[in-house]
Amino acid sequence: MKTAIDEPERQAASRLDTVMRYLPKSAADREVMLQEIGISSIDELFAPIPAEFRVKGDLNIAPAFSEAEIVEYFRQRSAENAAGFKIFLGAGAHNHYRPVVIDMLISRGEFFTAYTPYQPEISQGTLQAIFEFQTMVCELTGMEVANASMYDGSTAVPESVMMAVRVTGRRGAVVAKSVHPEYRDVLKTYAHYQGLPITTVGFGDDGRVDLKALDAAVTSDTACVLIQSPNFFGTIEEVETVADIVQRKGALLVVSIAEAVSLGIVKPPAEADIVCMEAQAFGIPTGFGGPYCGVIGTKEKYVRQIPGRLVGQTLDRDGKRGFCLTLSTREQHIRREKATSNICTNQALVALMANIFMTIHGREGLRELALQNLAKAKYARAEFARKAKVLFDGAPRFNEFVVVTNEDPHAVNDRLLEEKIVGGFPLKKFYPELGNAALWCCTELLSKQAIDAAVKAVSR
Amino acid sequence: MKDRIRKATEHVNQNEGLIFEKSSPGKFAYKLVPLDVPEVDPDKELGRAARRDLGNMPEVSEIEVIRHFTRLSTWNYGVDTGLYPLGSCTMKYNPRVNEFVARLEGMANSHPYQPEKISQGALLILKVLSKCLLEICGMEGVTLQPAAGAHGEMTGIMLIRAYLESKGNPRRKILIPDSAHGTNPATAAICGYGVENLKSNAAGMVDIPSLVAQMNEDVAALMVTNPNTLGVFEQEIHKVAEIMHQKGGLLYMDGANMNALVGKARPGDFGVDVMHLNLHKTFSTPHGGGGPGSGPVLCTQHLEPFLPVPVVVTKKDGTLGFDYDRPQSIGRVRAFYGNFGMLVRALAYIMANGPDGLRQSTEDAVLGANYIRKKLEGVYDLPYKTPTMHEVVFSDRLQTAKGVKTGDIAKRLIDYGFHPYTVSFPLIVHGALMIEPTESESKEEIDLMVEALQAIAKEVEEDPNIVLEAPHTTRVRRLDEVRAARQPVLRWKPQQAKTAAD
Repeated sequence: MKTAIDEPERQAASRLDTVMRYLPKSAADREVMLQEIGISSIDELFAPIPAEFRVKGDLNIAPAFSEAEIVEYFRQRSAENAAGFKIFLGAGAHNHYRPVVIDMLISRGEFFTAYTPYQPEISQGTLQAIFEFQTMVCELTGMEVANASMYDGSTAVPESVMMAVRVTGRRGAVVAKSVHPEYRDVLKTYAHYQGLPITTVGFGDDGRVDLKALDAAVTSDTACVLIQSPNFFGTIEEVETVADIVQRKGALLVVSIAEAVSLGIVKPPAEADIVCMEAQAFGIPTGFGGPYCGVIGTKEKYVRQIPGRLVGQTLDRDGKRGFCLTLSTREQHIRREKATSNICTNQALVALMANIFMTIHGREGLRELALQNLAKAKYARAEFARKAKVLFDGAPRFNEFVVVTNEDPHAVNDRLLEEKIVGGFPLKKFYPELGNAALWCCTELLSKQAIDAAVKAVSR
Repeated sequence: MKDRIRKATEHVNQNEGLIFEKSSPGKFAYKLVPLDVPEVDPDKELGRAARRDLGNMPEVSEIEVIRHFTRLSTWNYGVDTGLYPLGSCTMKYNPRVNEFVARLEGMANSHPYQPEKISQGALLILKVLSKCLLEICGMEGVTLQPAAGAHGEMTGIMLIRAYLESKGNPRRKILIPDSAHGTNPATAAICGYGVENLKSNAAGMVDIPSLVAQMNEDVAALMVTNPNTLGVFEQEIHKVAEIMHQKGGLLYMDGANMNALVGKARPGDFGVDVMHLNLHKTFSTPHGGGGPGSGPVLCTQHLEPFLPVPVVVTKKDGTLGFDYDRPQSIGRVRAFYGNFGMLVRALAYIMANGPDGLRQSTEDAVLGANYIRKKLEGVYDLPYKTPTMHEVVFSDRLQTAKGVKTGDIAKRLIDYGFHPYTVSFPLIVHGALMIEPTESESKEEIDLMVEALQAIAKEVEEDPNIVLEAPHTTRVRRLDEVRAARQPVLRWKPQQAKTAAD
């Protein structure tokens, strides 16, 4: 079976030239429609495009594939893409078990083939699901309101910073170096075009933000301080203490959460003014980086500054409870060039995955799941500590930790690949000062056996 | 009037409360694998950071989860339910094979940081999709990272700014036609530009004399949607490009309406410098009730060095990898590499179509819109007579005499079994009915909608109240959106439980 789509010379079966299975009009239908319009050929409808700019002949892409060929093509790509490995990577994308119910439910056409719920009377399913999502996010993060989702955790960061700028009327942001490096990169891009100065503050021996340096960096121009907890090294930040320092100086505290499952056992950053979370860990596939689901939660008093969509409860003409998009006067539709964010939509279907995941696990399950992560990571840390150095062990952590080996972690990982194990994330790329350090993540999906095998490879 | 409604019937509609109202302690929908390492004491491990209470999270069983979300789903209208003529949103069929292949183990469960040597499948998909999109658009550089169309717009304008900065002056203004999408001005503002409005001419197109008058060395770019929000192809687009280029400005094209052009015309050929695509529109990835989208950005060669990092490259040993060493790059616009799952779906769609399928789809989309235009002209007012591409915009001018507005007609259309058209755009048409059928509709389904809109026009004449009070057959009737905004209730709280049950 031929499968190379980048080879246009690939032979098409002759009948495929005239048949396209997604198109429901017959040749006769087309004829009748042309007659009704009063023209003799379809080309007349394209007359507004100047002739010199009309494509003559075929685009230079491969002829149509049958469904069987498409499936085979992607099966091959899937096989080239590490299917079936045990993965010790976290770093903003976390492998957790996804109950089968999630995909069964989101595959209902009424959910995944619908659009943004602009017509609430026939979109109550999406709207109520989002309302429930907003509620659960509030319960878990300790915030009073939450939006109907952002693109992902990394873009939720600059949106939160811009929101803090609107609330405080100040322009600078202070960012902990223990925040995900790619989140910081995204913020840097947005901030450049907004003219927002960004100051970075380092971390101490326990992997947490350097409080003294932070205190010194926050000035009367600082709109907000951004930290992540658990941070990029897996360490839980002292949110209350940081909040005191920041809020005393009139700035807002923004806390990013990259591993949402941590909220099952780690105290939520309720002292923060804005929480921006990546909800991927709640039942969303790691999927080579996306689509994910960002969320912004905040205090009720800032609700009119929160970016993105919001769903509110209301009543219909007969007094029955219903839901609709609300507070859209903040949005780009209305404010156009005065808009403070250009975000247009949300991640409704991905938020629905998170909603279903949270519902399945519920109050007890989320705690037990988090406890398992805590236990696995603690066991792995202790095992690694026998053979290598575990960094930042002086502070509480959730399911990620940093191991420093004598040899380059890439070499360790190469050995592990032979055993179908993907080892920790080498930190050299983002933190050259940490040498041979690698960030390891242990979730409920990794058995003791897999952990022991990984530790063995390090010690070899 | 009921005999006129041929597609929809009344049927069983299950009530369903909020999930929190079904919750009671001790119910479970999960079971974890037994822990095979020693248990830990969270208080000891986490100290003051340990959490004890998860608040009002629901406690329900698996069958309740299934019923809850299944019932909610039946309150939605999707493309699978029927014609969804939401103009400029391109609600086309979402092929099931796309969903299937995106869920294959190596697609769904691969980690973005897994080593490149075991990511060759994903990297090849990025490379091949890039190549296809470049060919379809006639452009030279591409990034697949933007997470949505508006995110793509932002990335595109950042590219323009970075390019102009490299020439010594980022300039100050962006010109935006009054027919533009609302995201366009917002995007310009986010990228640090001022916005200057550009008037449309009587044909609903960019007014060339106004453009000449407004174009100067302060203008960085023009953001144009083509076909524009009237569904009209900008016939002088190549002249628009020339005018921009002569004064050192660039032409940005919002590709939201590319479904009218794929296989028929390529923006690169008529002078566009930067554009974005909406994969969830033109390339059939599902809208998902509002997302995820995906908004790749394409550009000409001179803007290519400024694309976000990383870019996919072929390495010396012939394998694929990511290149981060791009000194002129605008940086990152998103963590990792974009909405990969959507990229898989878009490639599957392109493969299923091939060049002739893509062209036929475009032709069918344009045929459908023109057929609707012909059938409804006179029944509804057609403010711009300019030829229509993939969508047609009427106005409610004939109906307002009876006090009926586009929003009312839209609600009545729901009773007839259709999702309404777009009511709020374009801003230059007062009371717009913006209809986009896409290629996914059979003649039969289009005919049913045409009949419905004809019947509603008759109702407006004979009994306008039936339209003004619509919808009549939905689970909830018209919702008080003012109340929702004035007294925001944005989450459930336990004390609400009683009133909710009332």
